[in-house]
Amino acid sequence: MNEATNVVLELLPHFEGYVYPNEATPQPLWSVLIVLYPYITGLVAGAFIMASLVRVFNVRALEPVYRLSLLTAFAFLLCAPLPLLFHLGQPQRSFQVMITPHLTSPMAIFGFVYAWYLMAVLLLELWFDYRRDFVEWSRRAGGWKGLLYRVLTVGVDDVSEASVDLDRRMGHLLSVVGIPSAFLLHGYVGFIFGSVKANPWWGNVLMPIIFILSAIVSGIALCVFNYQVLMWVRRRTTDIRCLDVMGMFLFYALVVDAGVEALDWIHRVYSAEEGFQMMHQMANEKLFYTLNLGQALLGTLVPALLLGALQLLRRHIPELARRRIYFASAVLILVGVLAMRWNVVIGGQLFSKSLRGVMSYKMEFAGMEGWFMGAFLFMLPFIVLTVLIRLFLPENPPGGKTDLPEAAPPARLASQPGAP
Amino acid sequence: MKRPVTRRKLLGGVAAALAGAILAPAARAAKAAVRKVFVSSDAPKGYRPEDHQWAMAIDAGRCIGCGLCVEACKKENSVPEGPYFRTWIERYVITRPQPGSGESRGPAHVDSPNGGMRGFPEPPVPKEEIQHAFFVPKLCNLCRHSPCVQVCPVGATFDAPDGAVLIDPKYCIGCGFCIQACPYGCRFMSPVTHTAEKCTLCYHRITRGLRPACVEVCPTEARVFGDLKHAGPSDPIRQFYERNKVQTLKPHLGTEPRVFYAGIDKEVR
Repeated sequence: MNEATNVVLELLPHFEGYVYPNEATPQPLWSVLIVLYPYITGLVAGAFIMASLVRVFNVRALEPVYRLSLLTAFAFLLCAPLPLLFHLGQPQRSFQVMITPHLTSPMAIFGFVYAWYLMAVLLLELWFDYRRDFVEWSRRAGGWKGLLYRVLTVGVDDVSEASVDLDRRMGHLLSVVGIPSAFLLHGYVGFIFGSVKANPWWGNVLMPIIFILSAIVSGIALCVFNYQVLMWVRRRTTDIRCLDVMGMFLFYALVVDAGVEALDWIHRVYSAEEGFQMMHQMANEKLFYTLNLGQALLGTLVPALLLGALQLLRRHIPELARRRIYFASAVLILVGVLAMRWNVVIGGQLFSKSLRGVMSYKMEFAGMEGWFMGAFLFMLPFIVLTVLIRLFLPENPPGGKTDLPEAAPPARLASQPGAP
Repeated sequence: MKRPVTRRKLLGGVAAALAGAILAPAARAAKAAVRKVFVSSDAPKGYRPEDHQWAMAIDAGRCIGCGLCVEACKKENSVPEGPYFRTWIERYVITRPQPGSGESRGPAHVDSPNGGMRGFPEPPVPKEEIQHAFFVPKLCNLCRHSPCVQVCPVGATFDAPDGAVLIDPKYCIGCGFCIQACPYGCRFMSPVTHTAEKCTLCYHRITRGLRPACVEVCPTEARVFGDLKHAGPSDPIRQFYERNKVQTLKPHLGTEPRVFYAGIDKEVR
């Protein structure tokens, strides 16, 4: 299938104007996998920032989603390098990025930032947060789960008050360190694109900032989505106060993000530097749907209006409607940020660096850079997260408390069938 | 007393592992950087890159667009069939303005069918409408500040001391970052080796006293090649610099190309 598609595309490469001969390939060099890579990394950073709101900024209302946010960040972080790895022409040499990094390369430093974030921040923070539960669960649970929890205690089974207090303080410290680390993680991803001065669509000083802000927005949206889906699966109601606060942060993050992205575009339009005509053509033709409809209208404007309306009229809107509005906004934002990543990555390769012509991109169906692979890599973090939730956020934990809210009374559940 | 120590030991271990993970690669990187220039570069034993400074110049006014250079390059370097080129020729056809339009010139038509390897078809506009038409051979611009070298995550592509910008094919991980970073479209991902490829100035030839294949076959001497450290006043490359006012491609990007062009137009990018 893959080969057949390629043959067709090779027979009918679609270019308008002049493109450099080396650019006249049927597929862009970086395609759907590299779209997913910044998307997933951004979700990690955003979900972690979300968790930090509880730890560092003491936003108590968000406690019900604290662990879920951390596990979300962890699941997505585990999957974040996979698209990058699968995309490499020589994946077996990828370890050289870590062994002999070229220090002027944004991509090389990303390897270390990633390793730092995974090993020194997220894993440790999770461990300090869970250690007491691990000890308790390892005593109560039997079988392989008990063994797993025991292994995860790493032999540190002291649950005295002083010890648990130390855990708490270490967790707090790691959260404080984690915020700039999350910024660094995703800022670097933005810098990978922003540092390419050869490409006027990418080479932009605001790119890391835009990436960080959109990451925060998408991460919070993902937590809203995950929380509501998890509660729906467990037939419990969501904590509306928690959702309201998440919605509030989501709204303000979205406004700041949209503001900076608008500033970027205003600057591009006003300065109208070399390549602006090409960008204009891209926005009006090649990327019309994903940029104007996907990213700007559905991904930004509509959720901003919905969430903004809730900030003003929250008291007059019933809880069920609010839940649904939050859910819809989260989904729209997640789609919008995916569209943004698409517009950056694919958009930057749909025009020639000769600035004289444009290329077309039709995604393959099968193959390494096709729909199947893209869908699989997009679903993978959710599958990992499901496993993590079953293990570490169980509905009926083998002892210790879970931080999910108590089940609602049956009557209330019945009045809200299927409410996410 | 014992248990808090366990935790401290654990944290200490984690910290030590982290420090090791950070320091070990840095030491190896330093070692690799020293050796890198001499690794997998096609140069014969005993070749001293410090003793040379290779340079290429293009006299666009002489190019007749025959495409021999492109073909020679493909054969000499086993460049794969298809849209993969270490060098290519562009044709610029700048039209006369419409009478009464008030413009100084009409639109420019640029093409490079199959890299110009088989020459060019008839111009896309009638001859009487053409104001200027010329060919521009393109190749790696041998930038002094190469963005491709800057972004390579493993240092597989590097500036050789003799002016060539090379790729170690045994080291390249095939991420494609250098291809994105090259403003001139001079690099491609080889469908055979799945690593980045580019013009090496025929490094295997020049380090043995030969000229690059494209220079060798050019019937009009549009491509001028020489060693600036050994070129006398009558050497073609010195003569080129003496006789021509030159320009480089996309100078605003600050890459400082060392390939100089004579006889090109503002339309050339």
